[in-house]
Amino acid sequence: MDKNIKLPETEEGTVLFKTDPIIIKHHYEVDYLHSYAQDSPFFAGLANRKLLGSRCGACAITYATPRGHCMECGGATEWVELPQSGRVHTYTTCHFGGEAFLKETPFTLVLVEFDGVDTLFLSRLLGAEGDEVSIGMPVRARFLRNSKFKATDVYFVPA
Amino acid sequence: MRPVYMIAGGITKFAKALPEKDFRLMVKEAFDYALADVPALRRQDIDGSVCSYFSDHFTRQLMAGAMVQDYLGLNPKPSRRIEGGGATGGLCFQSGWEAVASGRMEVSLALGFETMSRVNTWKGNEFIALASDTNFDYPVGGFYTGYYAMMVRRHMHEFGTTVEQMARVAVKNHVNALHNPYAQRPGRLTIEDVRSSPMVATPLTILDCCQMSDGAAVAILVSEEMAQKLGVQPVRITGVGCGTDAMRMADRPHGKVPLLPHENEADYADLKYPGVHSFRGGRTAAALAYRMAGIADPGRDLDFVELHDAYTSSEIQTYEDLGLCRYGEGGSFVDSGAPFLSNLDYGLEFAADGRWPRLPVNPSGGLLACGHPVGATGLMQAVFAFWQLQGTIARHLGDPTLQLPDPKRGLIHSHAGTGTYVTVSILERG
Ligand SMILES: [Zn+2]
Repeated sequence: MDKNIKLPETEEGTVLFKTDPIIIKHHYEVDYLHSYAQDSPFFAGLANRKLLGSRCGACAITYATPRGHCMECGGATEWVELPQSGRVHTYTTCHFGGEAFLKETPFTLVLVEFDGVDTLFLSRLLGAEGDEVSIGMPVRARFLRNSKFKATDVYFVPA
Repeated sequence: MRPVYMIAGGITKFAKALPEKDFRLMVKEAFDYALADVPALRRQDIDGSVCSYFSDHFTRQLMAGAMVQDYLGLNPKPSRRIEGGGATGGLCFQSGWEAVASGRMEVSLALGFETMSRVNTWKGNEFIALASDTNFDYPVGGFYTGYYAMMVRRHMHEFGTTVEQMARVAVKNHVNALHNPYAQRPGRLTIEDVRSSPMVATPLTILDCCQMSDGAAVAILVSEEMAQKLGVQPVRITGVGCGTDAMRMADRPHGKVPLLPHENEADYADLKYPGVHSFRGGRTAAALAYRMAGIADPGRDLDFVELHDAYTSSEIQTYEDLGLCRYGEGGSFVDSGAPFLSNLDYGLEFAADGRWPRLPVNPSGGLLACGHPVGATGLMQAVFAFWQLQGTIARHLGDPTLQLPDPKRGLIHSHAGTGTYVTVSILERG
């Protein structure tokens, strides 16, 4: 037994924002091991400049944003290559955003529609500002040369 | 199932930040208020609780519901947490209803909170955006206002809805809230004020969007026998409905509009539905609730609506989902003055349009003016609807202005994601 034991004192203090009530700053950070799982071929496709959607074998619905199983019938889907040109279905320019995206603002989001495809694809639009964007405007896909294996590896520009 | 009544409610003031209280004390304040309103109800009569809060990130505290349960002195009674994004409060209310309707409980407490001030607004936006698909949506957009801006842009394209019509919604809800001391951002606005305020995501300005808040709300639900015993003015919950849709708005398919009793297939012969301009989950929730409550024509059978107006645009979209007007008519509906209170001056002219009777929407000020502490929001609507039907607005708000003369039936509506979960509940007097 040691009745004189003490915790060591340190120089670091707590970041105190105010007292009454006491508000302290607390940093919180975590690394995730995020698996794309059954969506993985889509991200591999982007690295090879391919835009992959999926098609239900049973009800023939073609999904622009891929899903491993059909939303309507539950059947397994097959990978299909999407056209790399489409049209703006709707759009917005974000002047504000979540913290991770603030440094990218303003950025323009579009939902792209493709001929022969039943659902839409969310992407960024570059090369057209504000009034230059309109619903129905033709756009085409471009890909990052050095893939980051993220959905932003593909983006759209005016066609 | 057996009849269920709401007998009391309580809310805290919604505010940008309430650092002097943590979530437990906020709920306690709302709970004590509700209990004090029903002197005959003893705390030991409460059989259990359901707790509503959206995001663990905002508190960095898991099982926060358990901490509320013990802070309120409700241990060791049953409790659970409900979570469903923006609809968390509406789902919690319906879960409390289920506990009583099923006979499992005589008295059920639905309680909710959110403390969003614990992080900066931009970090809060990031947390909220994590309620979108993190493979495909979050990394590209990462911002809910952006998603809603895209939805309303398509609504404008399909139906000719204008930004001025959206601004009218902001004017209405902020002016209503001038008479609600619990509201976070009451204000007398003009259409010009809304349009000239900072752009967040085109065409939505900061005054088209609700704010993040700290706050709590509770609702006490009981069986018929208990309601009679307690000798208060109970309000009966006569209909509940819930609907869902694809998490990714890009996936919304095109099919037929699910019709409400007062609609015909011919009304929507050319409409691609739901697209990204309408909420199939909201329509489904309404249809289920109307069927249970026996509502044939919501525009005529309801006396007021408290709906989830996270954005001015989504209020207009929701008029249509709820069948207050037909799909595509939401802009004209607001131009007609139908959703405005008749005793207030909004500084607006209304179009002479006899299509719709007056049906006040968001007399409380809604999310736009009251704020949106997510887990408390759906329950806040229940509390305002309850006071409205009880005829006690003057007593609870200290101002009679928002009290409707003789309301018999009201609707509350709670909404998550881009329409991913939606609830509709119908409350009736007596
Ligand atoms: Zn299928």
